[in-house]
Amino acid sequence: MRPAITAAAIGLAAGLVAAQQAQADIQITGAGSTFAAPIYAKWGDASSSTTGIKLNYQAIGSGAGINQINNRTVDFGASDMPVAADQLTAHKLMQFPTVIGGVDIIVNIPGVKPNQLKLTGPVLADIYLGTITKWNDKQIVALNPGLKLPSLAIAPVHRADGSGTTFVFTDYLGMQSPEWKTKVGSSTSVAWPVGAGAKGSDGVAGTVHQIKGGIGYDESAYAEQNHLTTALLKNKAGKFVAPTMAAFEASAGNADWSKVQNFAIDLNNEPGATSWPIESATFVLLPIDPKDANQSAAVKKFFDWGFTHGSAIAKRLLYIPLPASVHNAIRAAWKKDVPGTM
Amino acid sequence: MSASTTAAGAHPGPARDQGVARALGRRRLRSNRIIEALCIVATVLGLLLLASILVTLIWRGAAGLSLTVFTNNTKPPGSHGGLLNAIVGTLIQTGIGTLIGTPIGLMVGTYLAEYGHRSWLADTVRFVSDVLLSAPSILIGLFVYELVVDPFGGFSGIAGSLALAVLVIPIVVRTTEDMLQLIPSELREAAVALGAPKWTVIVRICYRAAKDGILTGILLAVARIAGETAPLLFTSLGNLNWSISLSQPMASLPVTIYQYAGSAFNDWVQLAWVGALLITVGVLALNIAARLVLRARS
Amino acid sequence: MQQAIALPASRSGRRNSRLGDPIFAGLARGSGILVLLLLGSLILSLFIGGLPAFRRFGFNFLFSTEWDPVHQVFGAAVSVYGTLITSVLALVFAVPLAFGIAFYLTELAPSWLRRPVGTAIELLAAIPSIIYGMWGFFVIVPIMSQYIEPTLINLFDGIPVLQDLFAGPPFGTGIFTAAMILAVMVLPFIAATMRDVFNTVPPVFKESAYGVGCTTWEVMRSIVLPYTRVSVVGGIMLGLGRALGETMAVTFVIGNADRISPNLFSSSNTIASIVALEFPESPTGSLKLASLLALGFILFVISFIVLAISRMLLRPKLKA
Repeated sequence: MRPAITAAAIGLAAGLVAAQQAQADIQITGAGSTFAAPIYAKWGDASSSTTGIKLNYQAIGSGAGINQINNRTVDFGASDMPVAADQLTAHKLMQFPTVIGGVDIIVNIPGVKPNQLKLTGPVLADIYLGTITKWNDKQIVALNPGLKLPSLAIAPVHRADGSGTTFVFTDYLGMQSPEWKTKVGSSTSVAWPVGAGAKGSDGVAGTVHQIKGGIGYDESAYAEQNHLTTALLKNKAGKFVAPTMAAFEASAGNADWSKVQNFAIDLNNEPGATSWPIESATFVLLPIDPKDANQSAAVKKFFDWGFTHGSAIAKRLLYIPLPASVHNAIRAAWKKDVPGTM
Repeated sequence: MSASTTAAGAHPGPARDQGVARALGRRRLRSNRIIEALCIVATVLGLLLLASILVTLIWRGAAGLSLTVFTNNTKPPGSHGGLLNAIVGTLIQTGIGTLIGTPIGLMVGTYLAEYGHRSWLADTVRFVSDVLLSAPSILIGLFVYELVVDPFGGFSGIAGSLALAVLVIPIVVRTTEDMLQLIPSELREAAVALGAPKWTVIVRICYRAAKDGILTGILLAVARIAGETAPLLFTSLGNLNWSISLSQPMASLPVTIYQYAGSAFNDWVQLAWVGALLITVGVLALNIAARLVLRARS
Repeated sequence: MQQAIALPASRSGRRNSRLGDPIFAGLARGSGILVLLLLGSLILSLFIGGLPAFRRFGFNFLFSTEWDPVHQVFGAAVSVYGTLITSVLALVFAVPLAFGIAFYLTELAPSWLRRPVGTAIELLAAIPSIIYGMWGFFVIVPIMSQYIEPTLINLFDGIPVLQDLFAGPPFGTGIFTAAMILAVMVLPFIAATMRDVFNTVPPVFKESAYGVGCTTWEVMRSIVLPYTRVSVVGGIMLGLGRALGETMAVTFVIGNADRISPNLFSSSNTIASIVALEFPESPTGSLKLASLLALGFILFVISFIVLAISRMLLRPKLKA
């Protein structure tokens, strides 16, 4: 009898201590961009022991993330598409970027090796508009004099689910082709004139991998990890560049943060001889009237950790950290707009 | 087996002409054999499809089976995550969904078998139950979202459980009604003759007599909701961390599989297969258990 | 058969029975009404949610093929088309197979084989739909894209109508693949229903046909099928009802594209798949959300009609 009671008491005490410990951890919830999911998850894992903050991030897509934070069902929203200023005011949100990432073009053409095929923005737009239908079209051949291109039908692949990557890509196409801009526009989900949709970045890569003549767009981290056949793009300076870390950094380095409101910078088609043209910052949306100031403070603390200690992790995953000046501007904006001490 | 060849009258044709009769017989036999062969092919094809699915699950899923799947929670890619919170979340939501849905289904089935019989109300309820049984489960998810998630401002485990409960109800109604109707009226009459009130007759006699069948129905309902994804997508959302709180988003195995399968990371896709294997094994085991229960009673 | 129980006169002094019966009866009747309310509120919430879209686009909503989130123009035609064509095509694949299996199970199989094969087919029905989605995407899509689709495209190239039905590029995803996966999903339901219905034929009919020398197929064609014709159609409609609402199996392989095209290998959308893919990112109160709810309402109406017809045809034969 006695040993049993002692055991029960110890168990109860241990349970209470564990419960106390669990209570010391704050859980913050975020939802949105799949583009940024890997880096937020890695930051969450690495920081929880020091900050005591547990992150629950659901990568349900940028549009869904905006929706969730508008409804205040999560603590922060994540979106690759910056929210318009009037929407920010209407929903009482403040917006700040966290990292920068590039979008690669992947292809599957027999005989073409990675970083061999040269494309330009207008040609890309025409492919996705359906006006260029074969790989040995005059315009593509003209860009690739030394390359033997087969008479193969082009199979454009796009994201079936709503995606910030789609926004970045269609925004770039809109810049490069007036017809694209008026006919289709840019958003997380658009009315694609041609091609097939695939679910998730995995779906796009898998479909392109499977079908000869396929072309698609994917986050650079994923393309790199899976050794996909990427293509070269002509940037604003007229040079053909490969989607490398150096090219992403060059593009990010040329960004002028001073001219934008709400940090809503568009990093597509940045100047610079070595810049990669399809790139975007990914944003976090925070309520300026949070219902729980502690939660809000925890979110800021989490991202502050990411800014101060998370750069090495970001680079390993092929994201470009923001410049220190931007980090400080963000911290100033937090102090000004969002209640809740860090 | 050839057609009879008794030449009866003066009509031409098989009855008169032995050659024609034999040819006709051969043609009929041949077409019979062709059809039979096609049917065997159809059955083999059906079995091959089942085998293909099971083999794919085992081959791809078993590769990722390890203790960490059951001891670790879901983690970012490359961090040796597992499926613990998803498994527990499914168990909780399935359990609560069954707990809420079964009594309601039981009562409705009782109403249909014992009280309503063929009244217009009972017929309508029966019809509505059948519609709910085969209604697209995504619409039920939308319905619970509109009713529970939107007004109360948050995804939650209880919303997911409610969506699952709505799916449980028609299954339990069907089996309860069928089982109660199978009970011979002599049993009821005997109880009434001893002076039992109607509700006692139902609860203490009918339920007890039908309990195996009702249990089968519950097992089948659990098997059905354990694998449902669409109703949970808009209600319990999912949770990366360990959480057993019903008022917070809750992870579940099918939703985690859905998110992981379309993701960009190999270890997540592997976990999706492991999860798929676990769900299928669980669901099939429940189905076989239900069959055994039914067989044991008869 | 069941009859209403005539209750004895109340046992005086037993408060239990006086209270117990009305309470229990009230509970039972109340739950019945609860189920009615459940369906009613389901229909109502979908309709009210979709009202903004119906009001904005009017009757044209049903026939418009535009689905443009950027320009905020939505129409149901593509999703309804995708839903109907994948389901009908799935039936085209599944019904002959199901019939073959049911025929085999009822007439041809040796009796020791009937139970295991029947159980195997029923287990196919128990597998959750997300498994079908994954199997379809990881196993069937590559086979389609690398072997079957190129073969069919080349085979029909140059033949007037068929080359439009089977045109490239061979994505592997699309209407045809989705219909195949759906066919595998509804196959067990239809097969099991057909088998149960074939078994209700009184043996004396079949025996008399065998007695005059009919082959097995002739018995099936002339005796069993005419006898069970109505229920067979009911079973097929039940399979159709399932196929119409299927989400997970289709979402992975349909390829989200908002066009109507005669090409069976093209991507499309079903109502269930477009709701699953686009609901999470539709802002609350937006026209897009209303359009999705309106689509849900349309899906419900279609399924309701199909299920009602199926039930009408099946109920008399299978049970009282």
